Amino acid sequence: MALISARGVSIERGDRRLLEGVGLVVEPGHLWQLLGPNGVGKSSLLRALAGVTTLGVGGEIVRETRMLYLGHAAAIKRALNPVDNLLYHPASDAGLARETVEEALARVNLAGYEAVSVGALSAGQQRRVGLARLVLSQAQLWILDEPFTALDTAGCQWLEALIREHVSAGGAVIFTSHQASPFGASQQQLDLMRHVVA
Amino acid sequence: MLWPDTADASLWRAFRRQFVRHGKSLLATPSDAANPLLFFFMVVTLFPIGLGPDPDLLAKMAPGILWVVALLSSLMVSAKLFASDFEDGSVEQMALAPYPLAVLALAEVSAHWLATGFVLALTAPLFGIMLGLPIHALPALVASLFLGTQCLLLIGAVGSALTVSIRRGGLLLSLLILPLNIPVLIFGSAAVSEAVQHGNVLSWLALLAAMALAALVLAPLAVGAALRISLDN
Repeated sequence: MALISARGVSIERGDRRLLEGVGLVVEPGHLWQLLGPNGVGKSSLLRALAGVTTLGVGGEIVRETRMLYLGHAAAIKRALNPVDNLLYHPASDAGLARETVEEALARVNLAGYEAVSVGALSAGQQRRVGLARLVLSQAQLWILDEPFTALDTAGCQWLEALIREHVSAGGAVIFTSHQASPFGASQQQLDLMRHVVA
Repeated sequence: MLWPDTADASLWRAFRRQFVRHGKSLLATPSDAANPLLFFFMVVTLFPIGLGPDPDLLAKMAPGILWVVALLSSLMVSAKLFASDFEDGSVEQMALAPYPLAVLALAEVSAHWLATGFVLALTAPLFGIMLGLPIHALPALVASLFLGTQCLLLIGAVGSALTVSIRRGGLLLSLLILPLNIPVLIFGSAAVSEAVQHGNVLSWLALLAAMALAALVLAPLAVGAALRISLDN
């Protein structure tokens, strides 16, 4: 059973056609990386797959499962502390317990920062607050736009392990990254350069 | 591992969570919420200085002045309503949440109204007295602002949601929502003027209440749709 399948998807931004004929079938256990240089339309495609944008998106996208989409902006309020940010996050599962959230923050190495407002944290730490949603989420499909940005080496390794764990438990991940992928042969790749409109 | 199909879809819970989230961020940056009130205070202080200290003239103009300033300050609030949410990706996540966007938007607007319109209605008697409004007209002022600021903010939220993705959308926002705000201004200031003359206040307040209820039902749907349109830009 495919978690999400895309057939003949085309992406338009403004009056420019970026991509066409994109096809993708994501099944449990899949790990997909979207490849392509800046501006090719990776983020636009991810937003289209997640359902954030519908305008200018052609073709057919069938979504069969709950998704977690993490874009460049992670809906983290600078004025709130990390616990409140996750507890009251608009797209998180309702009925989260404060303890669960604090455990998740400990897993992203933010224990001790529970009462500090996010605006006072470093860029990497703010990123970690957003990534803590991965720990809390029960969504089967993760759509991650540049998840490794701003993370230090340890953070990248942690996220890598988390993604592996999610995939081996029957989840699936679609992500973009400009760094060399750490997942090697265990992942599928979709090179968007082949779908660029000439 | 189990993959639950749906999140707990209790609408009330979703509403409450969004309300608390927005309320907490407003409390953390009180100057944002206090600005419209401060604006109201400054303008009301300036009128007696500009018009001269004639109590009869001021009392006669007070309902109009108070209501025009209330409208302008609500315009200030509307201009920023969804700006930070749009920037930090909250609107995106609200749109992806397993709850209707209209409910989440209504929660935000409600929290915002409590921090601005409601506070304005509560402090209005003070401003009324500053302009020499007769004491017996103060309850009508509070009631009309209580209902009217709801209309103004809900209408403003629709405009804000529509223009949030446009750079410098402030002027467009004013053009869009001012015509819709004018009936509220007419009924609101009429209620207060009637109260000054011991007239029939209740009929005007009933009209305002009807508009507030209509806005409460219709505006969130429009806000939800408008936010989705803004995400497509």
